[in-house]
Amino acid sequence: MADVAVHTPPADGHDDHAHGHTTSTGLSNNKLAMWMFLGSECLLFGGLISTYMLYRGRHEGSPTPSQLYNIPLTSISSFVLLMSSLTMVLAVSAAQRRDDRNTMTWLTVTALLGATFVGAQVFEFTEFVREGLGFTTNLFGSSFFTLTGFHGVHVTVGIIMLMALVGMVSRSRIPGDKAEVVEMIGLYWHFVDIVWIIIFTLVYLIPS
Amino acid sequence: MSTQHATEVADAHEGHAHEGHAHDDGAHGHGLTDMGYVKVALVLALLTGLEVALTYVDIGSLFMPVLLILMVIKFVTVVSFFMHLRFDSKIFSWLFYSGLFLAVGVYLAALCTFQFFAGN
Repeated sequence: MADVAVHTPPADGHDDHAHGHTTSTGLSNNKLAMWMFLGSECLLFGGLISTYMLYRGRHEGSPTPSQLYNIPLTSISSFVLLMSSLTMVLAVSAAQRRDDRNTMTWLTVTALLGATFVGAQVFEFTEFVREGLGFTTNLFGSSFFTLTGFHGVHVTVGIIMLMALVGMVSRSRIPGDKAEVVEMIGLYWHFVDIVWIIIFTLVYLIPS
Repeated sequence: MSTQHATEVADAHEGHAHEGHAHDDGAHGHGLTDMGYVKVALVLALLTGLEVALTYVDIGSLFMPVLLILMVIKFVTVVSFFMHLRFDSKIFSWLFYSGLFLAVGVYLAALCTFQFFAGN
């Protein structure tokens, strides 16, 4: 079975996926790998969310979730993360136009919004600990901090990647197609956002 | 074999061709225009506001289904427009939604095993 590298540019004259490489599917292998990675991340977060759902009622010895949750604060941080998805997609759009200045601007704004979200999460965690809910207090605390903590780590990794990307774009150190690299980071960032969409509803808005 | 392979490659390129239809005035690469993205973000913000507002009003047994529907709408909107799945090759959709539906199936089964839905 020969791996035939057939590649025909699309009718509109530009090729967003292959970027000079010929692949057997005609699609970017990097992008395929990223989507596969995101599909596998669904299983990771699915496990964490299910565990939380199972143990959210086990809050012996600590205040109840409805007493602890600060819905106005979490709503604002959810809005901030949602808007960071907008700025990220604007960065991708600017990268596809080869507009480095706007790409760096939108990437920086995205990183700042992400940092605001993480800051709100750190504030929330410290408030919970102050009110008597620690990681080992009960099963509710363990599953809550593991789920939201894993998500926070993902956001933090995303911020690091965004800042590294800004540095690389400014120094023109990105090998290959710049727009595709920005798009890959963007896919990761949007994934972090859709995971929060689920967490916000299932963990915060639906009472145990 | 070669015919089947050629068909697959043609299908993949058809995905690119569809991107061409998504090009609006001012759109770059594939997907919406910048203003289109802003409109999508506004819709998402409105839906989030609606979700939060629902926690302050009593709509009885409709509360949970409505929240879950709003959650799914927001999820699909971000994946379709911001992540470009709507405009990209169907292979990417298959890869992502396979993982997603596998996760949903596996964990629903696990929760059923623990009698989560029985309230025990």
